[in-house]
Amino acid sequence: MDFDLTTDQRMLQKMVREIATKELEPVASEIDQSGEFPWENIKKLAKQGLLGVIVPEKYGGAGFDFISLAIAIEEISKVCATTGVIVAVNNSLAAYPIYQFGNEEQRKKWLPLLASGEKLGAIAITEPNAGSDVASMETTARLEGDYWVLNGTKRFITNGGEAGIYVVFAYTNKELQHRGISAFIVERETPGFSLGKHEDLMGIRATANCELIFEDAKIPKDNLLGEEGQGFKICMHTLDVSRIDIGAQAVGLAQGALDAAISYAKERKAFGKPLSEFEMIQSMIAEMATQIQAARLLVYYAAYCKDKGMSRFSKEASMGKWFASEAAVNATKMAVQIYGGYGYTKDYPVERFYRDAKIMELYEGTSEIQKIVIARSLLK
Amino acid sequence: MDIVVCIKRVPETAEAEIKVDSSGKDILKERLTFDINESDNYALEEAILLKEKRGGTVTLISVGPPECEDTIRMGLAKGADQAIRVSNEGFGELDGFATAEILKNTIQDLSYDLILTGCMATDDGYSQVGPTLAELLGIPHAVLVTKVDLQDGNARVERELEGGLLEALEIKLPALFAIQTGINEPRYASLIAIRRAAAKEIKVLNAQAIGLERPTLRTRVENLFPPPVGKRAEILKGGAEETSKRLAQIYKSKGII
Repeated sequence: MDFDLTTDQRMLQKMVREIATKELEPVASEIDQSGEFPWENIKKLAKQGLLGVIVPEKYGGAGFDFISLAIAIEEISKVCATTGVIVAVNNSLAAYPIYQFGNEEQRKKWLPLLASGEKLGAIAITEPNAGSDVASMETTARLEGDYWVLNGTKRFITNGGEAGIYVVFAYTNKELQHRGISAFIVERETPGFSLGKHEDLMGIRATANCELIFEDAKIPKDNLLGEEGQGFKICMHTLDVSRIDIGAQAVGLAQGALDAAISYAKERKAFGKPLSEFEMIQSMIAEMATQIQAARLLVYYAAYCKDKGMSRFSKEASMGKWFASEAAVNATKMAVQIYGGYGYTKDYPVERFYRDAKIMELYEGTSEIQKIVIARSLLK
Repeated sequence: MDIVVCIKRVPETAEAEIKVDSSGKDILKERLTFDINESDNYALEEAILLKEKRGGTVTLISVGPPECEDTIRMGLAKGADQAIRVSNEGFGELDGFATAEILKNTIQDLSYDLILTGCMATDDGYSQVGPTLAELLGIPHAVLVTKVDLQDGNARVERELEGGLLEALEIKLPALFAIQTGINEPRYASLIAIRRAAAKEIKVLNAQAIGLERPTLRTRVENLFPPPVGKRAEILKGGAEETSKRLAQIYKSKGII
């Protein structure tokens, strides 16, 4: 058993921490308030290879493992959870399924574009009437000559408004129920594909969260990802991987909130002494720190399972994601509490942290879905 | 153009709470993070830029414990070609002169056209190693360098003087320049370069290997202490125009503007 990071993981952590503090933190509040997609951030991170952390070198990526990706997302999310999730989606929800389920031609064609940041990636599962219940999706794809023709609407798509490459799920055979779902690689320029409503979100406000509309959208036949009918499996496996990174995003955000709370508690005085000398404040700090550490270990362990090549790590990924997202909501809430009235203003980052945290209990499967995954894997 | 860059791993103290340890001669470092000394980072970047422009090699040297290898490796990831760590084990306490002596013994066997150091270490603030090393090697040097232009066999450098003046010098190579912060924009290492650098070998030399058993210690720290809290504060009185004028005068006299 070894809890130490490897040399390259330590160096990655240091580099990302530096770039996050110097380049991302100063603009985090502005991005939150404007809601404008942070292309400048993404370009800077792309230059360092952070859009293709887990993509092998031969496809233009950096070839790091999943623990490294978790560390990178954590460091970015400490200062800007918006940028954190944009990077997470590109890596684990767009590049990863193409790497894992794509054929060699698809890997060669799409991965370098995603890893370099030349095109941003997104994944389209959720629909207006299908969230947690993935199999109730209504989007369909039918084969017509050399094209798949897609019809339907996807909703709440992170990176949706700015992406160039989408992994889209649709029914190719409704009768087979979830076994009739297939996955497709869809380019932004596809005829019949357009963007719908941009969501005005409570947190992670600059993630270009957008509706995607497919009206007889023609996708080249070669863009079927994996086999026909394999979509549900691709979707579930990809979500297992991406839950690790949403867990990492939550750990980072929570740590950012704790760091802010500690420094404020040491500076701010009340009743003649610093807040940090009050036991009720200490209790909050202790609770936050312990939950964050536990969350981090769960998330790293899930990443470790993936890196080890374990075929099933749904339970571990869900444990990490569930616990970390709840820890983030709790830590950010407490951080606002410690800041008092000032924490409720936009002069300090903790109100943003608090708003950013809530989504983590919702997307990539709600906390309730995570519990179902965990319980089912224990009870089956 | 073969360039040697001397770097130091220092605790990050700018925003940390600093406490003196029980010996009274050092600070408590357990909770501090360490990084490359700020001006050394600019020296490293300058070396890589010069190499990118004119070819050649960049060799990093650092005197310190095994922990400083992460700092050295980050330099390799940014573009240095090779690295030497001189183990500080057995040397005991080191001052600026002793460090320069160790570096001299290490560098004298290498082929080099240029040596770059930072202009000052942020931990002890001595600014001694660069100039002393140049003297020991018998080569010319310039400190607080803000611009380096290389020509054949010569370098044209600009250095910072008091009062906002710059001095332009022509210096014969090989030479040593102690680089001032702000001369360039230090890069971040890319992930691929980090992965490669993580696996690179760092040559480790000890006292015996460099033929210097006992570097000469010429200074000794007696004690470290936080400055006594001052009682004098000048309150500027009068209208906005008057006080702002006075404030500008104070800033100017302190060299802030």
